[in-house]
Amino acid sequence: MATELSFPDSAAKAAAGAQAAPAEFQTEKMSLSMGPSHPSTHGVLRLQMELDGEILTKADPVVGYLHRGDEKIAENMTYNQFVPYTDRLDYLAPLANNMAYAIAVERLAGLKVPPRCEAIRVITAEMARISAHMMGLGAFGLDVGAWSVLLYSLEEREKLYKLFEELTGARFTTSYTRIGGVTRDIPDGWLGRVNAFCDQFLPILEETLKLLTRNKIFMDRTVGVGVIPKDVALAYGLTGPNLRGSGVGLDLRKDKPYSGYENYEFDVPVGTTGDCYDRYLVRGEEMRQSVCIIKQVIAKMPDGSWYAPEAKRIFAPPKEKVLSSMEELIQNFMIVTEGPQIPAGEVYFEAENPKGILGFFIVSKGGGVPYRLKIRSPSFCNLSILQKMCVGCLISDVVSILGSLDFVMGECDR
Amino acid sequence: MPADVTTALKEKFPQVTERASADHPAVDVPLVDLIAVLSYLRDGQGFDLLMDLTAIDWAEGAAPRFSVVYHLYSTAKPGTYVRVVAPCAGTEAEPTAPSAVEIWPAANWHERECFDMFGIKFQGHPDLRRILMWDGYPYHPLRKEFPLAGIETDLPVADIAEETGTKVIAAPMAGGPFVASPGEINLTEAEPRAKDESWSDRVARPDQTALRQMKE
Repeated sequence: MATELSFPDSAAKAAAGAQAAPAEFQTEKMSLSMGPSHPSTHGVLRLQMELDGEILTKADPVVGYLHRGDEKIAENMTYNQFVPYTDRLDYLAPLANNMAYAIAVERLAGLKVPPRCEAIRVITAEMARISAHMMGLGAFGLDVGAWSVLLYSLEEREKLYKLFEELTGARFTTSYTRIGGVTRDIPDGWLGRVNAFCDQFLPILEETLKLLTRNKIFMDRTVGVGVIPKDVALAYGLTGPNLRGSGVGLDLRKDKPYSGYENYEFDVPVGTTGDCYDRYLVRGEEMRQSVCIIKQVIAKMPDGSWYAPEAKRIFAPPKEKVLSSMEELIQNFMIVTEGPQIPAGEVYFEAENPKGILGFFIVSKGGGVPYRLKIRSPSFCNLSILQKMCVGCLISDVVSILGSLDFVMGECDR
Repeated sequence: MPADVTTALKEKFPQVTERASADHPAVDVPLVDLIAVLSYLRDGQGFDLLMDLTAIDWAEGAAPRFSVVYHLYSTAKPGTYVRVVAPCAGTEAEPTAPSAVEIWPAANWHERECFDMFGIKFQGHPDLRRILMWDGYPYHPLRKEFPLAGIETDLPVADIAEETGTKVIAAPMAGGPFVASPGEINLTEAEPRAKDESWSDRVARPDQTALRQMKE
């Protein structure tokens, strides 16, 4: 007679059954490769899985398919030339990457940018955060079978891209910041259009979140799935919404403010259990907070210069001066050929990006080229936990987990 | 308090010296004490988050050739970082350092990346494989002697390599990064299109003729 046992869910029951079964009933372990071209791996992540039925007994993430050697390239070009490469790290939020890189080099050069420049950077970074989270949300919904969320999020992202295009000249790879400033001032009426976007965005955001928050299918697939306890999240170096979803309120915009974030009021949402659903809720709330920050920046946008006046040896002089004045012409020539002269030293700067904490470690021996530039990419660190957390999950849970971790392979592989 | 971390470390470990830094407190640690210092920083000073682990190649022939660099963050004291730098032991071809995976599991992938890019063997690492380049790749690309263009190697998949007869070739450097070296009198040498010219508008692509003959 069979013994009645109680299990929390079907996965645990199956796992216990597989262990208890006599040798002749043991199932053969199957090895399955998910990706690198699989819709739920968001790019080119490959998961080498070992399966017992539908339960993972081993998961080995294989990364590096998008490795372009950005760190090697950085050692071979001047500081200004590397700005476009930072666009291609987290290509869903290039404006935030640009800003993190620019501030890192400015710290090394001992430069302080004027308040207007800081405010412009904060607006663009928060807009990038909304656009990245909207995309992440849409893709997450798509992964767990909610098609319509993606349609809403792509439409909002498109509106943001129109604003980016007006500001920077590019929709996707913006290269907007320069070391010591930004490429150009904000156009006339642009702030009003950003404000109008925020006003119409908030109700649409609520509508979009409503599609998921109390959705039975969505909750079944995310609540209690992929739980990352607080201590595990810290031990594996998780950052960003993934860490905050586990209940650690680490947000560098609050804890180590840069670019004038200390002047704005906003809340840092944290989760309680650290499951996929918490990570989704954190992202949703972060978008509301981003809108709140953008509105505050617009309300007190300072006047003045949008690049540091003392950045003479870094920032190329204005074009009309280059064409009319000898000194500026020489300076322009020196900056283009030899690069901005940055003093020797080591600097490590981290910024709170949509995917997590993006860090730049720059070692300079003086001159126009970094001696070593290391990119601490949040997606790389966030993915390293997969090896631990996927074991014992169902394959369908893996899809939820990947969606909730919200990674970008361009940044992971660098 | 930034100064406190270094003072506390120096009291506990007299071998530790302060390191010049433009931002965060930084220390130089001898390799033998590295694990003890890192454990103390985590348990005694509350640096619970390993933010970054990387290495620096100090150029061929330098002593030490490689250093490992740790950036730790404390969630207990928000906004405080510490940088720990240690010179690697071992030879230039095979430098070594102790693994920090026991202290922070986060070090696992970072150390694999350092091994992949610099060839540093982390002793005690549970699974030291390449991570960004493929298994079996023969070089360590972030070493200073490795050219920017890359070096021709075999394709990772043997049967495809055999069927197509192709290899992973060096990248063309025409239009590559434009870097000038100050103080050169000869302008063509001072301002090459790129420092590395293994394939550019002036230097032919390597092994072009051999490849063409093979196809014919």
